[in-house]
Amino acid sequence: MKSERQVQQSTRGEIGDERTTTSQKDEDGEHQKTAALTVLRRGLKVSPELRSGAAITILMALIVASGSLAIPILIQQILDKGLTSTNGLDSGFIYSSCIIALALIVIVTVTQRATYNRLVKIAETTILELRIRVFSHLQRLSLADHLEARKGILTARVTSDIETLSQFAQWGAIAWIIDSVIILGTLTVMAIYSWQLTLVVIAIYLPIIPILKAIQRQQFLKYREVRDAVSETMGQVSEAVMAAPVIRSYGYQETVRSKLETANQTQFKRQVKAHKFFALLAPVMDTFSAMTIGGIVVVGSLFGPEMGLSSGEMIAFVFLTTVLIAPIWELGEVLDQTQTALAGWWKVLSVLDIPIEVEEPTNGITLPNGALPIEVNDLYFNYRTGGNVLKNINCVIPAGINVAVVGATGSGKTTFVKLLTRLADPTEGTITIGGFALHDVETESRHTTIQMVPQDGFLFNETITDNVAFARPGSSDADVEKAFDSLGLQWWLETLPQGIHTHVGPRGERLSVGERQLVALARAQLANPGLLILDEATSAVDPETEVALVSALDRLSEGRTTISVAHRLSTAERSDLILVFNEGAIVETGHHSELVNNEGIYATLFDSWLGNTQSEK
Amino acid sequence: MQRKKQKQTHLRRGFSLVWRSIRLRPGSHTVAITGACLFSLAAVALTRVLGYATDDVIIPALDNDALSHKALWTSLLFIIGVGLIRGLGAFLRRYFLAGARYGTELIWRRQLFNKYLDLPMTFHRSRSAGELLAHADNDMIIASLALMPFAFTVGTFFLAIIALINLLLIHPLIALMALILFPLLAWMNQIYSRKIVSPAAAVQEAVGNTSALVHESFDGIMVVKSLGRSDQEIQRIRKSANQIRKHRVDVGKLRAIFEPAIFALPSIGVIFLLMIGTWLVDKGSLSIGELVSAIALFGILAFPMRIAGIFFEELPRSVVALDRIDSILELQSPQTHSQGKEELKTPSVSLSIEDLQVHHGDHLVLENIDFEITAGEIVALVGPTGVGKSTIADLIGGLQEPTKGRILIDGTPIESLSAKARKQCIAVAFQESFLFADTIRENIALGRRFLDSEIEEALKIAQVFDFVQKLPNGIEETLGERGVTLSGGQRQRITLARALVGSPKILFLDDSTSSVDPLIEKKILENLRQKTNVTLMIVAHRLSTIKLADRVVFLNEGKVAGVDTHTELMKLPAYTALVKAYDNTGTAI
Repeated sequence: MKSERQVQQSTRGEIGDERTTTSQKDEDGEHQKTAALTVLRRGLKVSPELRSGAAITILMALIVASGSLAIPILIQQILDKGLTSTNGLDSGFIYSSCIIALALIVIVTVTQRATYNRLVKIAETTILELRIRVFSHLQRLSLADHLEARKGILTARVTSDIETLSQFAQWGAIAWIIDSVIILGTLTVMAIYSWQLTLVVIAIYLPIIPILKAIQRQQFLKYREVRDAVSETMGQVSEAVMAAPVIRSYGYQETVRSKLETANQTQFKRQVKAHKFFALLAPVMDTFSAMTIGGIVVVGSLFGPEMGLSSGEMIAFVFLTTVLIAPIWELGEVLDQTQTALAGWWKVLSVLDIPIEVEEPTNGITLPNGALPIEVNDLYFNYRTGGNVLKNINCVIPAGINVAVVGATGSGKTTFVKLLTRLADPTEGTITIGGFALHDVETESRHTTIQMVPQDGFLFNETITDNVAFARPGSSDADVEKAFDSLGLQWWLETLPQGIHTHVGPRGERLSVGERQLVALARAQLANPGLLILDEATSAVDPETEVALVSALDRLSEGRTTISVAHRLSTAERSDLILVFNEGAIVETGHHSELVNNEGIYATLFDSWLGNTQSEK
Repeated sequence: MQRKKQKQTHLRRGFSLVWRSIRLRPGSHTVAITGACLFSLAAVALTRVLGYATDDVIIPALDNDALSHKALWTSLLFIIGVGLIRGLGAFLRRYFLAGARYGTELIWRRQLFNKYLDLPMTFHRSRSAGELLAHADNDMIIASLALMPFAFTVGTFFLAIIALINLLLIHPLIALMALILFPLLAWMNQIYSRKIVSPAAAVQEAVGNTSALVHESFDGIMVVKSLGRSDQEIQRIRKSANQIRKHRVDVGKLRAIFEPAIFALPSIGVIFLLMIGTWLVDKGSLSIGELVSAIALFGILAFPMRIAGIFFEELPRSVVALDRIDSILELQSPQTHSQGKEELKTPSVSLSIEDLQVHHGDHLVLENIDFEITAGEIVALVGPTGVGKSTIADLIGGLQEPTKGRILIDGTPIESLSAKARKQCIAVAFQESFLFADTIRENIALGRRFLDSEIEEALKIAQVFDFVQKLPNGIEETLGERGVTLSGGQRQRITLARALVGSPKILFLDDSTSSVDPLIEKKILENLRQKTNVTLMIVAHRLSTIKLADRVVFLNEGKVAGVDTHTELMKLPAYTALVKAYDNTGTAI
């Protein structure tokens, strides 16, 4: 008689769902052990949803557990009282006890349904809220925590790590609650029948715990090897697919084929090897189960009469043993999953410990309308680890001019403009915009008066209207059309299938880089900023869009301070002021005409660029 | 009617999937099925042993004080013996199933990989890499998933039969009860399996959607933060994550109905069994041991029934996944077309293209392509994006066949050259500079044999020798994830060295120097001019590159729009417009 959850969990094993027998993947590779109670305490604090009505949950679990005990008790009652060799058949007793048992089974089934619904609802609500809480926290972190290298990990925290928890909640967590109650309940009923036999059962079962743990450990290790082998195979296939032209034109097929075959074979061997431990669990459990039943029959038959044991109790005992083995088996199988889930939970919770460095001001200052002057004094910036990204930056930018920021990759020019939008705060020094310290400026005001057009023109998977309108909440379609129109881009909208209602696809991929920047310009126009920051695209923009971009930008920058991260020196050539960055510092400042004759870094860059592009001018 | 028919085909195709696997791994499947049947047999036997222990040991010992030691030890022996056999059966089933399933995957995967390597380039151009990788990964796992519960399912049918025979031997009335219970259980399982499919798929979809949203949101984190869009993003995620919750709760609701019911059914059966059984015992036509044995048998039924249910639940999914894999396996690898025997003797060769026409499916890509390149000349290929420049690279590199027209090398048609001569004569450096996760030497040699001095010479011409020499392990340095990472320009120069190492007579550079600094590019082309006799075609997107060429082939609208020097071509308005655009958008930094 196996509980239905055991049915459920064993089925996963039988159908080869390895998620239950192995740990989930952890991207950063660590399988840290954190004290279960510490995690639980922290988790409960973060998710108060979990505590709601814990008493009711336990009460329900008790009722469900009693369902597993009903049949063995009924058998004992009938054999001992309804069908004795001395009094013959007591049909009245048999029918009434059977009807009671039937009613109990129905009650248990109904309760079980309610319990299950309740547990799933609590778990899923907790997970939903936890996901949102962690996501919100990540949103508030500074740029320094959103480095490219860490993006994968942060994303995993809100996706796969939470999924691990969710999968655990659906099976492992429920198993812990109900199985513990069933084990305790069964042992209690057993002890009432005969404490001596109960001790026999415990004595025989006890060694199974270390054996299960050892098998689990092996399984965990072997499945890790399987995962490595699978990624190796996938890496090889990915090469074979990506390098298809190279492989064909250089006749490299046979080498690649043998590499693939090796990876494929290794994967197969490891999969079979890992599965051996899963296969081993069955005979281990069966042996122990048989030994226990055998032990009861022997001890009960030999010493039963002296202990005052009835045959009904003894038979019930045998059935209770089978009730007991299912939850033990299941807890054995969820043990490893539990550890991983706890580690995952801890990882998710740890995200909430990352400090929020950019503190938004309360009662902040609202920036005035119109072009804004900028002053930067003694600015330094570095990430938590590593050296200075920016050092000793000083500059004064008068209101309304066009500034070009130039420098090689890694010179700090992009970081500099990010600090101007307060994506992070400087480590030292001050930024003053429109006469106010940037960190005192009210959040809303900052978001509208300082507008950035990103390099890749990133857009959200929505319509063009949605992507533009959010710059000024409450904007209508007409406002959006007007923004495009005032930049002279009406014609471009007309080339689109659904005009401003065109869906741009994930990351805006249905539009070209140049077109995405056009949308970003319209968004900036709608916000009517005093400071406009433009990160030029590095990749080639088709000529038609390029012309549109230049003229739209000309119109947009009118009456505003504009800072462009310039990848094309033609932009620098047209600007009022150029800031040249090198290794985190501003090394040259001035107009194109001065800098080009200086024989400094700018002059070299400009020469190289000329050689690269300019034709007969 | 239609649906029923469709279901039947699903089932038939499901069985043909299993049959294919059995033919690939007959041994493993046989042992696994034997194990499953052994398990069923032992499970039923164990209930019989319990009955025997009840009648011959427990009742005499406890009720009549007449314990037979012989019966006691016999039943102990049987309990443990049958328990071990049951365990052995489960072990054999589980272990050999792994061999059957993963072994089948191994063979399918090998067949798939061979197709990936042997199908022509047009195949790769028509499918995304992601799709091809999914066939090897996810599709493969799902296609073989239904194999896992297969042996157990066979064992379950066997179990049902022997359980019925066993009960018939005990008492016909009890067998009749089982005949009501078994189908009821099977029927409930079937409904459960059918109902859970769509909400379970909805969960998967919702998880995928949320994941995509989170990815997008973090990709655009700069925009989100600098424009103050965080609240909207949180709302977007909440809405999407709430879908996961909703669908999970739906799945939970189904589970909450069926799983307790499927569990309760055998218990209810046992209660009725007790009512009828005790009456039969009283009448003397049944022993208590036989009743105990029947109760135990009812108790072991739910689990195998569920597994069988899952087998039928998984089968259609696996069939669909295998269909996707088969769509590749069914493609015919091309016959290696008749190879010519001609060899090339001159050190420097000319290349001429005569009246070439190329279709991709019904789509006309190139037509009337006619031009000639004299030996040792450097020619730039210029044209707007998508005009067919890379198609010409494919044709010269032998990755595609033209619909019409000829490519001649020194007057010899390309297809009458021997395979070896062709590979030695022509080298193409492709647009994507692909490097393998291997050493620099292997990346350049690609299985061909070269002296160190030859590799060094190629690296020198490609202007990357100094860089390679400074690496700790020189040309033995491993590249990629586990080795050094290179900049775009360095990658392109290594792939250039790969093309140069065999001293080809014709070199086609398909925009393969785009990330190389213009000054270095100039040096590379000067090296090629001075140190080799190579006839060079270079796809150019930069004015600096165009200016390094002797002549320019200008492609426009799928045709050759002009072949001349750059200065002469500047008289064509279309050419001037294009070059002007390169002028403005060229990047220096």
